Amino acid sequence: MKIPTQGDSIALLESLSQTKFADCYQCGKCTAGCPRSAHMDKMPNQLVRLLQLGQVDAALGSDAIWQCVSCETCTTRCPKKVDCAAVMDALRQVSYERGLTSKQQAAVVLFQKAFLDSVRRNGRVNEVEMIAQYKIEGFAAMRRLGFLFDGALLAPQLQMHRKLHLIGEKVRDRDLVRRIFARCMEVKE
Amino acid sequence: MNLGYYPGCSLHGTSDDYQQSLKACFGALGVSLTELDDWICCGATAAHMLNRKLSIALPARNLALAVRQGCDELVAPCSMCSMQLKKAQRAMVQDAALAEEMATIVEAKPGATRVLNLIDVFERVGLEAIKTAVKAPLKDLKVACYYGCLLTRPPEVVEFDDCEQPESMDRIVEALGATAVAWNYKTECCGAGMTMANEETVLELSHKILADAAAHGAQCVAVACPMCHVNLDMKQAAIEARYGTKYGMTIYYLCDLVGLALGLTPRALGIDRHFAGRNA
Repeated sequence: MKIPTQGDSIALLESLSQTKFADCYQCGKCTAGCPRSAHMDKMPNQLVRLLQLGQVDAALGSDAIWQCVSCETCTTRCPKKVDCAAVMDALRQVSYERGLTSKQQAAVVLFQKAFLDSVRRNGRVNEVEMIAQYKIEGFAAMRRLGFLFDGALLAPQLQMHRKLHLIGEKVRDRDLVRRIFARCMEVKE
Repeated sequence: MNLGYYPGCSLHGTSDDYQQSLKACFGALGVSLTELDDWICCGATAAHMLNRKLSIALPARNLALAVRQGCDELVAPCSMCSMQLKKAQRAMVQDAALAEEMATIVEAKPGATRVLNLIDVFERVGLEAIKTAVKAPLKDLKVACYYGCLLTRPPEVVEFDDCEQPESMDRIVEALGATAVAWNYKTECCGAGMTMANEETVLELSHKILADAAAHGAQCVAVACPMCHVNLDMKQAAIEARYGTKYGMTIYYLCDLVGLALGLTPRALGIDRHFAGRNA
């Protein structure tokens, strides 16, 4: 496999986010409205600045991209139409595909992966199956016993409110769902 | 009025009280729903976080099913689903090559089906018609209308209401005889899909929303999204424990309030299945 250069990575990230990084003039409005900026190691505008400077690895390795909740406030308020939320998505996708996510970020990544795996198998999310996979893989990655039981007390409460569905739904055309996943997730290069 | 219906995974899972409520409420307003046959998940946060192509293909598959099933208008009561469907549609309109690629990936051609959110349906019924149908006006009820993120953002995608100061839900609530309070957190994020993966984020963001609603005299909050409801209702006890406060705030789906004003019982609307608040 060809190792991507910085230039390749910038082109890939611009294509995934449908954004030209040079358009950003660093006004900081994205950061001002971001509900997660207080918990970020790099501010949203700083991430875009890193990409303008070609410092892809610093952006890909930041914890901030996993703190983002995709609320789209940054994108909505940008005076230059830089799709900052899509830049976050692009950075997360490339970081995930290249295996750059750290143990600290495992919970977020493994949850999203468990969600997609459940959709790939069933066509729809099966909540119980998804949570089981998330707990097992999360525990294996983090080795924290408490992780297995976080939120476990919610199960009897869900049952009480008739919100616990042990048997998930499956669509009929599951083969097609698997083909869609295979076509979208084929490895490039 | 008959409309296509895309429930999404939440309304067939943990948030099926939302489906119960909207079906009872729509029934009372003469709106019937035909569920899209064999619909699949929209991909939600997971898809757009980890694979852009998949985040377009999964909605595109549903849009193609809508064409095949002769559905021109599709109600997606979850803000995430409706936004993802509209975002995929827009991406394919703007990029013909992408549209072709998607038709190959999902093995059918997606079309221009109009995607509606919950508020769109009430606006279609009409405020005057709703006012006329009200049997039990919600007078003396002060409601904080909470829109969250994806009903109004990104504005170019969802093309719905004002993205900073939305009023559409407030107008419906007022048509029911209630008072919509003025407050600051209408469009701030509740933490969305981080409920399990990053609970601390949800507690912090949702706490701010509840605190601001309470500070402005709201007795309850109205939402039009299953994730907003999970974070403000199901997580409310955890928020109260974390921040040492007590809100006891009832979180209604907007259709709960419309249904109550139309004379439906809390039980018929599934309000007895909520976690927090006096009516729960």
